[in-house]
Amino acid sequence: MSGSIQDTFFEECEELLEATDEGLSAIEGGDHNPEVVNAVFRAVHSIKGGAGAFGLDELVAFAHRFETVFDEVRANRMELDEPLIQLLLRSCDHLYNLVAVARDGGETDQAHHDMLIEALDKYIPEEEEDLTFEPMGLGGPMDVSAIDIPAAPTEETYQIHFRPLKDMYSTGNEPIFLFQALQEMGELSIELDVMELPGFDSIDPEESYLSWNLTLVTTEARSTVEAVFEFVEGLCELSIEGAGDAEADAAALAALEAAFGGAPADPTPVSEPAAMVEETPAAPFEQPAPAPTPEAKPEASGGKPAAPKAENAKSEQRGPNPTLRVDLERVDRLINAVGELIINHSMLAQQIANLDVADVRDVETELEGFKNLARDIQEGVMSIRAQPVKPLFQRMARIVREASSATGKTCKLVTEGENTEVDKTVIERLADPLTHILRNAVDHGIEKPEDREGTNKDRVGEIRLTASHRSGSVCIEVKDDGAGVNRPRVKQIAIEKGLIPENAELTDSEIDNLLFAPGFSTAKEVSNLSGRGVGMDVVKNAVTGLGGRINISSSPGKGSTFTIILPLTLAVMDGMVVSVADQTMVVPITSIVETMRGNDDMINNLGADGTLLSIRGSFVPICDVAGALGLEKKDDQPPGVYLLVETETGQRSALAVDDIHDQRQVVIKSLDGVCGEIAGVAAATILGDGKIAMILDPESILATSPAVGAFDTERRMSNAS
Amino acid sequence: MKTKVLAIDDSRTIRNLLAATLEEAGFEYVSAVDGREGVDMYDDVAPDVVITDINMPNLDGFGVIEELRGTDINSKVPILVLTTESAPEMKARARNAGATGWITKPFDDASLIFALKRVTGAAA
Amino acid sequence: MQAEVKSNDQEVKHAQFSEFVSFTVAGQAFCLKITQIREIRRWSPVTILPHAPSDVLGVMNLRGAVIPIYDLSARFGLETTEASERNVVIVVSSAGKPVGLLAESVSEIISINPEEIQETPPVDSRNTKEYIQGIISHDETMVRIINLDAVISVPEQVL
Repeated sequence: MSGSIQDTFFEECEELLEATDEGLSAIEGGDHNPEVVNAVFRAVHSIKGGAGAFGLDELVAFAHRFETVFDEVRANRMELDEPLIQLLLRSCDHLYNLVAVARDGGETDQAHHDMLIEALDKYIPEEEEDLTFEPMGLGGPMDVSAIDIPAAPTEETYQIHFRPLKDMYSTGNEPIFLFQALQEMGELSIELDVMELPGFDSIDPEESYLSWNLTLVTTEARSTVEAVFEFVEGLCELSIEGAGDAEADAAALAALEAAFGGAPADPTPVSEPAAMVEETPAAPFEQPAPAPTPEAKPEASGGKPAAPKAENAKSEQRGPNPTLRVDLERVDRLINAVGELIINHSMLAQQIANLDVADVRDVETELEGFKNLARDIQEGVMSIRAQPVKPLFQRMARIVREASSATGKTCKLVTEGENTEVDKTVIERLADPLTHILRNAVDHGIEKPEDREGTNKDRVGEIRLTASHRSGSVCIEVKDDGAGVNRPRVKQIAIEKGLIPENAELTDSEIDNLLFAPGFSTAKEVSNLSGRGVGMDVVKNAVTGLGGRINISSSPGKGSTFTIILPLTLAVMDGMVVSVADQTMVVPITSIVETMRGNDDMINNLGADGTLLSIRGSFVPICDVAGALGLEKKDDQPPGVYLLVETETGQRSALAVDDIHDQRQVVIKSLDGVCGEIAGVAAATILGDGKIAMILDPESILATSPAVGAFDTERRMSNAS
Repeated sequence: MKTKVLAIDDSRTIRNLLAATLEEAGFEYVSAVDGREGVDMYDDVAPDVVITDINMPNLDGFGVIEELRGTDINSKVPILVLTTESAPEMKARARNAGATGWITKPFDDASLIFALKRVTGAAA
Repeated sequence: MQAEVKSNDQEVKHAQFSEFVSFTVAGQAFCLKITQIREIRRWSPVTILPHAPSDVLGVMNLRGAVIPIYDLSARFGLETTEASERNVVIVVSSAGKPVGLLAESVSEIISINPEEIQETPPVDSRNTKEYIQGIISHDETMVRIINLDAVISVPEQVL
């Protein structure tokens, strides 16, 4: 079995598990629509079916138990009460694990596995407890006590009497095909018996009058011979007698005598059709009841006035829009090509502008049309990559369940805006940070049930996960109704870890944001849940790696909210094109608050190298971008332009650059694999002239800038005194 | 002429497995993702044999058999049901509806081809 | 601006002979197997990578892909090249990703019998040992065969 089929199986498993999860959640929410129940049943059933094909026994066995229990529910023989729903949800989680283990290797938590199996078994009625799920062998279905030929293949002669009943023809079974199957096993001779055929005028076309006597010489096992007749068992009179079996011989004689009421040895001489069978047994001869042929089609459609109606029903019944599955690589190639197209447009526009031609208006109009078309294509292509966050949110529901049971807390996850569409890569790379935030919310945010009761809160903690589009960005919010950030504790830890000076005076927001500082972890010991030695700084890095920002706001006793703002797409970005030390660079528009041309009056020195920019009466530290990037300026001109940027803590700084050129959309080219991580640089892009420009990361530039860092400390120190 | 198989199954995995095995064995393979689509496609495809799953959305396998057998002209096309239930009543129900035979999941290549051979005569 | 290097089909080749492209770096002769080279381009100014080591010149646009350019001379521990229009960038592939190598100029295509390749004699320089796979004598000059994997894999760790 080829690997790719197995890959699709795992892909499909993900979808089926999501459907199961979704269905169970709907049921948990009170939706007992039979179609929801059926959908869950079918999904688990399909997992089992696929898993069986790949010999994933553990998965098959577990899915089978799940399915068996759920079938009881489906048949209304069992009530779906709260404990059962919870068991099924946990079983669904476990199915995820089993699929993951089957796909990626590793070990299942055996104790957990056994515990769930035991719990599920309690719901399974006794007569169905035999859960050994075995594919039926070919010989199995026939309820004739199988007398298998012993190991060494010896030749055996079988006398087969076969008389179809009229019902057999209505199932679409044809004797000739059975004979052909027998013929492939050895030497077959066929005799048609038309003794029962009545006179022509009294023939009932629906009735079956013919019977056959077959002699088969084969080395195949008797069970294999019997298996040929598996589908017609009960639809025919059948006897299969091995020649070597004297007793059977006698029985055959008796049977034949009973059947024909005369000497069986010499049946009536064969009639025409039988002769054809003998002469050309394998040839496609006239069949007793012809199968439909394409020629019969006009009749078929003519006799089916219901056809157009069925068409209508089709379009009404189909729920989801038809979809097309495309290799992601193809989409990405298209995205790259569109990116090139847009760059190509800018190059053309630039070159036309440089031409010394008096009237370029017509060209410019056409070029504008070109630009709009390119943008349309780009938007279309980008939307292919966009996916609803729903599957991600469903995974998170699982995370919250797991985290709750691990910490002995009771919480529920409420999700909103599940249909918000986000770039596929963003969704993939958001899974880890979100998991961490949610575990953190359960572990550190939500209080123990008894503590919650003491503060007049519902025993069950609530975590709200929301996705929404907000002015060209995607906003993901995780809001819990827990205790909020313990600020005195956070501050103390930060001081202990040397993250802030002991006498630092911080705003509430600044303290909350210390959670994202590298090396910070509030857990006294690394808990096995949200610990693992990583802190919220990893979350922050992951989000900034996606070109996004993360914020926390907290209210003591009422809970905390993490807000993640992400760009809609990873491939294109609005940027400000600037020049720094003779290099052209791009600064993301999203991080720029304001731009201004500077003059000497606005610059104020502070200490040895600190400089402040005064804007409307307030002072912000200046960061020289060239210096922060380690670039040397050829001339000693003071920077001409300041970009006012704001960090996540609300701290403002001014990035000093030489000049601003324009503002435009740029195609982001990752530097992954080109070079390692560069401080201050997020990615690269290709400009209209074909040159590469670095896309800067203001946060990271500020972090590397000694001037701003020094200023920060100074300000804190001075505030503290 | 190749023997044309119309496979109706809502599981992509099963469809892939059928496609791989059948195409390898020289059958022509057409598939539908649920019973409704299978029945709708039937006239256009004009298959030599139908393989259908039982548990499917929109129209289940029994419904497929009933609809295909309901039209006189179609009544003789062989229909094989794919079933994981080894329970005899599932087969009995399928047969009463007019199924020609059954294939028990998980199936191996040989048993699939063997089943097709017995209802279409097609050599693998 | 771009000169494709192709093996000459008319040339009668011995089955065991391999074709190499020879070029000069800081006055010394080096070569690479022709199959390792994707294309050779004339030098054009690159975009500087901030904080990059001295042997990484920057990045350039190769038909929409961002590729890093290394100064071979600096990498071999020789003096850094003052790149000009006369210089060339040899584009090679590293794990499927293109990488550009700055060289002074391309000399010629030479056929080498693998049996003629001599092991690099022991020298003190660590760089030399790592980067040079072997040496051959061609027209009475010594041509150094570059160990491409070593040359282009190291910078990732350096950066």
